[in-house]
Amino acid sequence: MAELNIRERQAGDVTVLDMDGKITIGEGSVALRTAVRRLLEEGRKKILLNLAGVGYIDSSGIGELVSSYTAIDKGEGQLKLLNLTEKLRDLLAITKLLTVFDVYEGETEALNSFK
Amino acid sequence: MNVETTELTLPSRIEAVNEAAAAFAKVLGRAGIDEDAAFGIDLAFREAVTNAVLHGNKQDESKLVRVTVKSSPDWLEISVRDQGTGFDPAAIPDPTAAENIMKTAGRGIFFMRNFMDEVDWSIQPEGGTLVRMTKRF
Repeated sequence: MAELNIRERQAGDVTVLDMDGKITIGEGSVALRTAVRRLLEEGRKKILLNLAGVGYIDSSGIGELVSSYTAIDKGEGQLKLLNLTEKLRDLLAITKLLTVFDVYEGETEALNSFK
Repeated sequence: MNVETTELTLPSRIEAVNEAAAAFAKVLGRAGIDEDAAFGIDLAFREAVTNAVLHGNKQDESKLVRVTVKSSPDWLEISVRDQGTGFDPAAIPDPTAAENIMKTAGRGIFFMRNFMDEVDWSIQPEGGTLVRMTKRF
């Protein structure tokens, strides 16, 4: 079984990535990077990461979230986060990244926030 | 006092981090550490091993990472030794400083310090860096 499973769906012009597993150094981080870069290459610039199934992330995974955010921002797109688990929220809080990312607890609200 | 000692010798490749973490999870399970504390200790462990593989041994597979975990009912000690050239932990910038928040790397040592009670580094006489982390219960 893959370390991180990513399921993709479209909600209007927003691409939602439902993620399940671990975002850690190696396979998990690479899977996230590959998925986001592919969407950018395809011109899909409104991306919502549904992290409900991600109970574990390490510094490499957090770095990949930052890298994805920066890449999408540079491409004049938007990356937002949905359904952070408690542990992930704690890690983003202590690294002060919670204030950087646009974070939502409800999918409808998250989807409506995209311009 | 009953102390359980677990020793691991790992190749310097990224996949070894997960392999070591799986073995370490069993130690945490046997020690009966509650889920919240286990999360942070596990993360600190992964970051220390990752640093040894990536920054210490620079993924040179001729070099090894040696891990020792000592576990007692009152404390847990993790030692990770690489065969690299060493580094100055004081020179690692604060990843929560405004100018560093958006950097894509540099949070591993921050997590180790955040989730463990003591973290110290020493350069070994035979070469390499030893990081020792302790958590008290």
